Amino acid sequence: MLRMSQLKRTYQGLNLTLFTLVMVFLYIPIVILVIYSFNDAKIVTSWKGFTLNYYLRLWENDAIKEALRNTLLIAGLSTFISTVFGVLAALGLENKRFSGRKGLLALIYTPLVIPDILMGVSLALLFNFTRVNTGMLTVLIAHITFCVSYTIIVVQSRLEGFDYSLVEAAMDLGAKPAAIFMKIKFPLMLPGIVAAALLAFTLSIDDFIITFFTSGRGFDTLPIYVEGTIRRGAITTINSLSTLMIAFTLFLVVVTKRVRKTLISSL
Amino acid sequence: MTEIRIENLSKDFDGFLAVDDVNIAIPFGELYSFLGPSGCGKTTLLRMIAGFEIPRSGRIVLGEQDITDLPPYKRPVNTIFQNYSLFPHMTVFDNVAFGLHIRKTPREDIRAQVHKMLALVKMEDQASKYPAQLSGGQKQRIAIARALINEPKVLLLDEPLAALDLKLRQHMLIELMNIHDAVGITFIYVTHDQSEAMSISDRVAVMENGRIVQSGPPDDIYERPASIFSAYFIGETNLFSAEVVGLEDEYVQLKCDSGDGQSFEIDSTFHFTPVLGQKLTVSLRPEKIAITRGKPGNQDDFNVLRGTIEDILYLGTHTQYIVKVGKLRVRVFSQHKRVYFDEKALDWEEPVWLFWHDTDTWLINEIHEPDQGNINPESVGSIQRGKRAGAN
Ligand SMILES: Nc1ncnc2c1ncn2[C@@H]1O[C@H](COP(=O)(O)OP(=O)(O)OP(=O)(O)O)[C@@H](O)[C@H]1O
Ligand SMILES: [Mg+2]
Repeated sequence: MLRMSQLKRTYQGLNLTLFTLVMVFLYIPIVILVIYSFNDAKIVTSWKGFTLNYYLRLWENDAIKEALRNTLLIAGLSTFISTVFGVLAALGLENKRFSGRKGLLALIYTPLVIPDILMGVSLALLFNFTRVNTGMLTVLIAHITFCVSYTIIVVQSRLEGFDYSLVEAAMDLGAKPAAIFMKIKFPLMLPGIVAAALLAFTLSIDDFIITFFTSGRGFDTLPIYVEGTIRRGAITTINSLSTLMIAFTLFLVVVTKRVRKTLISSL
Repeated sequence: MTEIRIENLSKDFDGFLAVDDVNIAIPFGELYSFLGPSGCGKTTLLRMIAGFEIPRSGRIVLGEQDITDLPPYKRPVNTIFQNYSLFPHMTVFDNVAFGLHIRKTPREDIRAQVHKMLALVKMEDQASKYPAQLSGGQKQRIAIARALINEPKVLLLDEPLAALDLKLRQHMLIELMNIHDAVGITFIYVTHDQSEAMSISDRVAVMENGRIVQSGPPDDIYERPASIFSAYFIGETNLFSAEVVGLEDEYVQLKCDSGDGQSFEIDSTFHFTPVLGQKLTVSLRPEKIAITRGKPGNQDDFNVLRGTIEDILYLGTHTQYIVKVGKLRVRVFSQHKRVYFDEKALDWEEPVWLFWHDTDTWLINEIHEPDQGNINPESVGSIQRGKRAGAN
């Protein structure tokens, strides 16, 4: 008995150490990045003292501001559109008697496993073929294209576990179909919708490859800009830029958690 | 007063008849049960009344109103679902208020009525909790409050107690009866548990394969089963195959087959007129039979049988004896009242006398298939082999 509990303790200890190591491995680069964004040096090699210089320089850099605006615009629009598509598609796929359901699902799942580079090249070819000028519109279309599979799947998996007896209960209590959707179905889908939107937003905001192939010259998103700057060796502003982006992402996660709760209770 | 009438109601699923030509009329305010084994169509029948299933044929009439084709949200009927189906994203208060909310009742009225309902089900102090924070019995109460707040003419309950443990089930059963008394509307109650149906209902309809085979007050169904199925499904009984060998004014003489080529004769009163030579089935409830070691005094109105004890099962409130008469196994329940006992407790393999009053024999106008069996070992309680039971 004693041996067993000892064994268990060792096992748990081992587990914990491993877990800690993994977390350290994951977060050390990020921590280093954040620290060095305050480093008063032109190159990253050593610590030369604290400064907010590079944050100020970020602020003064119009190219960065432009890229940021583009990124947020594309992310916002593609999130909104792909989430709406996702919700509509998931609701449509609910009908199990729909004969093309299996085939459609397969088509939806496929983009998840297609390499980004293939997706990017094929979209570039398509735009080239149809003679659409590359720029904001093509990037937006590309982002919606790769986001929509994710949003459909996230919303659909949420609906999969939906308890239809709740719909019957609501109907029994006098609710008509429209009211049932607004008061029962939508609120219960909402966590799935928010998760889908969040996923689409993060996918869009840091996509490089597909954007690279579909943006052409003159329409830079942040990842494209960052790549260009690093190639030129100016890495310090990138540190501060990345730090801000991390902060923003964290903020987003916290806010959505809050918002979801208030949203549900207000419905 | 509004009664609910079900006329020639049938429902099939891809050709399979789940409900088969059901006809009943339930007076307003009754607590009416549908009782039957799993798969006999109880839920389907209830769902048709609620409006979730469309009948193949027949009508459902509530008072003067034909509700057969109304959608569920237009019916003055509410349902308690077996898994409660409370809305997980709403508080207890909002769950109960849902029906009023839908009907755009003013806020203050909603508040007042919800509190009245929560008081009725004794849940006033839980209004701000979410369903996930409630126990099974509490969820049950909220489901009842949520339904009753709409002031339905009929409340439908589909096995509402199935998910609760035994003690809570007994408690909620009484609670349900109290609520029924308090609101005074019709309750239609579906269950496969015969003791539940017997104890709660004004009347019971016994269902088999989508049909109603018998309906009436619980004691009527228990004491006067119309079919072998009714007799066997409700309570426990002994079934004998018999042939009418003598007909008197007040009673018949029956020759019962004891399975070993032998037979024994018994007398019985009757409720339908048998003819000489007719084959029928005798149902004899185990608690009607007395069991003794000594020969009972010669009494004209009693049937007397000789048998051997094969098994003794101590069940707390009573002892069940299984007595072999020929090849037949006869079940006898004997209560532990000292006045009923012989000096020394009855023992395994002991020859005993069984006797019962003529009027306790019940005739069923059907032929008994022996494979329906007399003894169903699964329905027997704790078996204590080799140990003396029925201590005295
Ligand atoms: N949606 C359906 N599609 C096909 N068959 C169904 C459907 N619903 C019920 N049935 C069938 O109809 C019959 C009656 O079902 P029902 O659910 O009414 O039984 P029940 O008496 O409520 O049983 P239980 O006590 O197990 O709940 C069953 O044989 C069942 O398989
Ligand atoms: Mg059922």
